[in-house]
Formats: sequence, C-alpha cells, structure tokens
Amino acid sequence: MQVHVVTGKGGTGKSTVAAALALALASRGKQVLLCEVEGRQGIAQMFDVPPLPYEERPLAHGPGHDGEPGGEVFALAIDPESALLEYLSMYYRLGRAGKALDKFGVIDFATTIAPGVRDVLLTGKVYEAAQRNKRSKDARHYDAVVLDAPPTGRISQFLNVNDELAGLAKVGPIKTQADAIMTLLRSPRTAVHLVTVLEEMPVQETADGITELRRVGLPVGGVVMNLTRPQVLDGDAREAALADALPLAEVGAALERVGLPADTALLDALGAEGRDHAERRRLEDTQRALVGALDVPSYELTRLPDGVDLGGLYELAAQLREQGMA
Amino acid sequence: MSRSTPRVGPLAGHGHAPPALDVDGLLDDPATRIIVCCGSGGVGKTTTSAALALRAAERGRKVVVLTIDPARRLAQSMGIEVLDNVPRPVPGSGTAAGGSLDAMMLDMKRTFDEVVENQATPEKAKQILENPFYIALSSSFAGTQEYMAMEKLGQLHKDAQRTGRWDLVVVDTPPSRSALDFLDAPERLSSFLDGRFIRLLLAPAKGPARLMTAGLGVVTGALNRILGTHVLRDMQTFVAAFDTLFGGFRQRAQHTFELLQAPGTAFLVVAAPEPDALREAAYFVERLSEERMPLAGLVVNRASVDPSAGLSAEQAVAAAERLDAAGEDRPSSEVASGLLRLLAERQRVVARETRLRQRFATAHPEVPTAVVPALSTDVHDLDGLRRIGVLLGG
Repeated sequence: MQVHVVTGKGGTGKSTVAAALALALASRGKQVLLCEVEGRQGIAQMFDVPPLPYEERPLAHGPGHDGEPGGEVFALAIDPESALLEYLSMYYRLGRAGKALDKFGVIDFATTIAPGVRDVLLTGKVYEAAQRNKRSKDARHYDAVVLDAPPTGRISQFLNVNDELAGLAKVGPIKTQADAIMTLLRSPRTAVHLVTVLEEMPVQETADGITELRRVGLPVGGVVMNLTRPQVLDGDAREAALADALPLAEVGAALERVGLPADTALLDALGAEGRDHAERRRLEDTQRALVGALDVPSYELTRLPDGVDLGGLYELAAQLREQGMA
Repeated sequence: MSRSTPRVGPLAGHGHAPPALDVDGLLDDPATRIIVCCGSGGVGKTTTSAALALRAAERGRKVVVLTIDPARRLAQSMGIEVLDNVPRPVPGSGTAAGGSLDAMMLDMKRTFDEVVENQATPEKAKQILENPFYIALSSSFAGTQEYMAMEKLGQLHKDAQRTGRWDLVVVDTPPSRSALDFLDAPERLSSFLDGRFIRLLLAPAKGPARLMTAGLGVVTGALNRILGTHVLRDMQTFVAAFDTLFGGFRQRAQHTFELLQAPGTAFLVVAAPEPDALREAAYFVERLSEERMPLAGLVVNRASVDPSAGLSAEQAVAAAERLDAAGEDRPSSEVASGLLRLLAERQRVVARETRLRQRFATAHPEVPTAVVPALSTDVHDLDGLRRIGVLLGG
C-alpha cells in the first residue's frame, strides 16, 4: 500500500498529473483511490463525470498490459465538513451531539477556523483509506492512494499536521490521530511528488518545496516536469534558429520536392516558429538542468496540443508508466 | 494548393468577437482610482498588476501597487524584496510624464497585527497577539490573506485620499483555490467572529456557569473530548479578548465591500487560455455582476499567436510526413519536417485557445477583452513589464 501525494504550483497541472498517475498505477493492475481535497471537483471535470460526493465511486479502468488486466481507479472528493461528521460518528457515536455541533456552527468553526484541524480531517480520511487491509470489513481495499494535494506553497503545512496542531491541541484524540497520520506520512509508504513546468519560478518553488519537505521529514518522491515541448529540432538547427540562420531556402526547396510550394509568408512563419521554439527550449533546458541537480527522480510529460481530455490522460499515464513512475 | 485555405485567425469567421478592452483608456481616466486584478492561481495576475501599474505610472498616474507573492527576481527588480508592509518607490520607473510608482508586498500577519493594535487598548492587543488561536488565525487561516489584502487596499486608498501621494491603487489578489475567495473570505471571517457559536463560547467566560444550556454542555463536552480541554480555554480567552473588536471588524469588511462597489473601482479578471482558468473567470464575471461590482474587462494572458502561414495544421503535418517518408538524408529536410510539425502544433494550440475564448465570449458577450500574446522568455524586470504593458495597451 503506497500513498502518492501530488503537489505543484498553481497552473502546472498537478491535478492532471495526479489523475494520470492514478491511471498509470491502475494499468499495473493496482486498485487505486484518487482523492481531491480542495473542493474544486477537478476529478469530475477531468473525467467528465457528475460532481463527486463524499463517497468512493468507481471512476475509470486502467488499461491492461501484456495480457494482464488493469486495475480500477476509484475517486473520492474529501470535504472537511463530511470528514468531521464521519469522524465523530465513527469514534464517538455522537448522534445527538454531532447534530448539535452542526447546529451551533461548530462544524463550520472547526473546519474553517481552527487551523490544522481542517487538515487533520482531510489527511485523516486519506489515512483511513490507506490503513485498510484485506481484513477490513465492508470497506474497499486499495493498493495505492493518490492525493491531489494543495499547492507547493502550502504542502508542508498541510501534511505536517502535527506542527500545525502544536500549541492548539497538545493532548486528546485529535492529537493522537495527528500522530498516527504523521507516522504514515513520514514512512517510506508515502511519496510526495512535485509537479512543475520548466519555467524559472515554478522550478524555484519546486526546489524550495523539496527543501521544506525534507526539513520537516516528509519523504520526497519525484519531480514531474509537465507540459514540456517536443524535441523536434536538433541542437544545430536550434543554434541556427537563434541566430536567425536557418537554411530557409533549402527548407523551401525540400517543401517543393514534396509538393508544397512555399511562399515567403510560409517560410517566414516557419522561421519564426523555429526561433520561438529554440528560445523556449533554451529556457527549458536551463530549468531541466536545475531539476536534474535536485537529486530526486524526475519524469517528463509532453504538452498535448489539443489539451487534456480523457484520451489525453491515458496518454500521459502511458508516459509515466514508461518512465517507471508507476 | 494551400492558398485557398481560409486563415484561421484568433477570432476570424465568427460572430462572437468581444469588444476590445481599452486598457490605456482605463489607466488614463482620472476617475479610475482602484484596479483589482483577480483570477485563479498561475494565470499571471502578479505580472499583469505590476505591468499595469508601471504603464499607468509612466503615462502620468501616481500609482501604488500592492502585490501578494511576486517572483523573487521580479520583486528584486521592483525593489520590494523586503517584506516590510510599506510602499516604496520603484527604482527605474519613468517619471517623465509626471507620474510615479510605489510598490509593496503584502505581509498578512503584520497587517492583521496592525488592525488589532489600532483597534484595541495596548494591553488587550498584547493579550490577543499572544493567544495561540490568534497566531494560528493570523498566519494560516485559509482566508486571512484575502482578508488582509482587502484590508490593505482600504488603507492604501485612505492614505491616497488623505495625502494625495497616489491617485491610483492597483491590487493583485492572492493565489486562492478559487478566485472568489477574496470576495467571500472577509464575509466568512467576520460572520464567524460575529457568530452564534462565538457568543455561546463567550457566555461561560463572562457569566455564571448556570447560564450554559444543556445543548451547549453537550457541545463543549464533545469539543473537549476531541480537542483536549485547554483548546477550548484558549479559544474562550481569544474570543473574550476579541469581543470588543468584532463590531470593528464587521464594519471594516463592510467598508471595503462598499469601496469595491464604488464607481472609481475597476475589476480586471485575469485568465490564461485554459479551461479551468476561463471557467473561474466566468464564475467571477457572474459574481461581480451579482455584487454590483464594476467589471472593466477580461485579460487573457499567454495567448498563442496565429502564425498566419496560409496552411492548415493538417496540411503541415501531411507535408512533414511526406518529407519523413521521402527519407532524403539531408539536414534541411529534417529541419523542414521539424518546423512544419512545430507550425502544426502551434495552429492546433491556437485553435483550441480560440475555441475556449469563444465559448467564454458567447456566454459573456458584453465583457471587453484584451488578449496578451505569450512571450518566449520570463518576465522579471521593468523592461519585461513594459513589454507586457505595451501588449496590454494594444
């Protein structure tokens, strides 16, 4: 049983990567639970299904490989209110009091104001799913849980529930719960993956995030470089493009030979495309080298020109699988 | 063969072209006193705010820009890498047109502390500032940053009116989960601080224990079991200390809300040409109109530019495949094939982005829009901001 926590700066596609990772794991025949905790219904939108309730729902089948059947991906949208009510009924059988808590606005309070408590509840549900085993009664057992987690800037705080609670709850069941969660999150069964695009700020934030995760003793998994550009021009051609020295006349001649008469407008457009691509690749290569120096496994997902639809997710899952992330 | 193909320009051939957003007109209008840039995370809000502020200043406005979490190098180039909650002049911004640019980075905890210090007696303020609940609330509550951004906006606006140092305040909004958070957070925080539960918590701290109802007994009992007894005690202390400030907080939130509705305020919704960002933008546009807040328009950042090559993506790919199949062992045909594929990919991206923007424009045809082409390099200095400013100005 493995817990994969996927984080990343806003706009880098962490939810897409979490979904693709879940599919990739399922393609290895694993039973996977994909969770989201930010109330965005991102999973439902990606997989084009109705909004998810606080309930594990079958979402997709992993593609099988080499005659082996694929596993299943289940989805769960965790919201702190439902998690708290479930927690109360599970541990305290708080029938009447549970309702009273709701009536007095305590649920609201505990989940939005009491910081830390909210995160303990969210991670607590993940913990509960991760702790199940084959002997668990009436509950589905998973081989892996993939958590679409809050962004990099908040991830250490989110996962480091112990620290957040320190000074607020020094004893009591919430504290005990937080300790149990931390033991799982700090163990080798957990991996925190960071998603980035190959631009300066997200890569810097990723490096800072790794330092921070290590500082608080959380296991760093890999870095996923998302939305990378295709490698269509070789180094010489990119050099030439940067110097505005692409052999455009010869390119024009090559196009003529395959029946595409090229006018100046087309050749200019191709030249501009080459230059733009070379510039971006140069930036990407600088950032890729920085990611390489981070001393964690890294993976790469190419940008899909048509955007990420369900088919695209399977394509990305295949890329992650081929690179050994799943 | 390809010349007869219609060009697939960003909005060509469709009836849904939204009105163009006149950014310079907005910046130059002396009636514009506040510009709020909002949108979901990762769409370039901070860069847009800084670029607008710089452009306004260099066109003659006296501007202060409040940024939330700028990239390190951008912050350095604006001279605001020190988080001290005070606006400072931006070195290198042009003053030829008689304008000026100050910038600051929000320090949410300090802003919150200052509000408390200004509203409470010194000893009460000290009591609050040291309470673990206050510390947690002011440094990590999910809505505090939004609330404090609005609080700071109110302060800057007031200073601007009082001192005449600025005639335009540009604000960036926090990179929230949802773009709407910054509208809701102040309300949520103040309604919590004003809430029934708080009153109940206050009762035992203030009056005799017998006032506690049976219901509350169950509640506090449960809370004690879950959180541990001292948590409730800390909370009660916090609430009791905060009690006198509640009215003040609600009033301030109300003021800020009214300021946002005032005619001198202009909201710019910032988005990237991606489904999530445009969906957030659509929610935002609808919400602003519900709240009667003045929307100036939509800024779509990082748009791909149509290469106008007179060739469709399919034709480009087909030609690239013919080149590959021909197996000519010449570098130029490999380059040609690569360039054609790049061109095709660009066209597919442009087509997808155009579809997404049209969908938005069909649902919100009245929203003026500015489309800012993607730059191939990062923006981290004033020159970069100027380039963005020129693109924004159209």
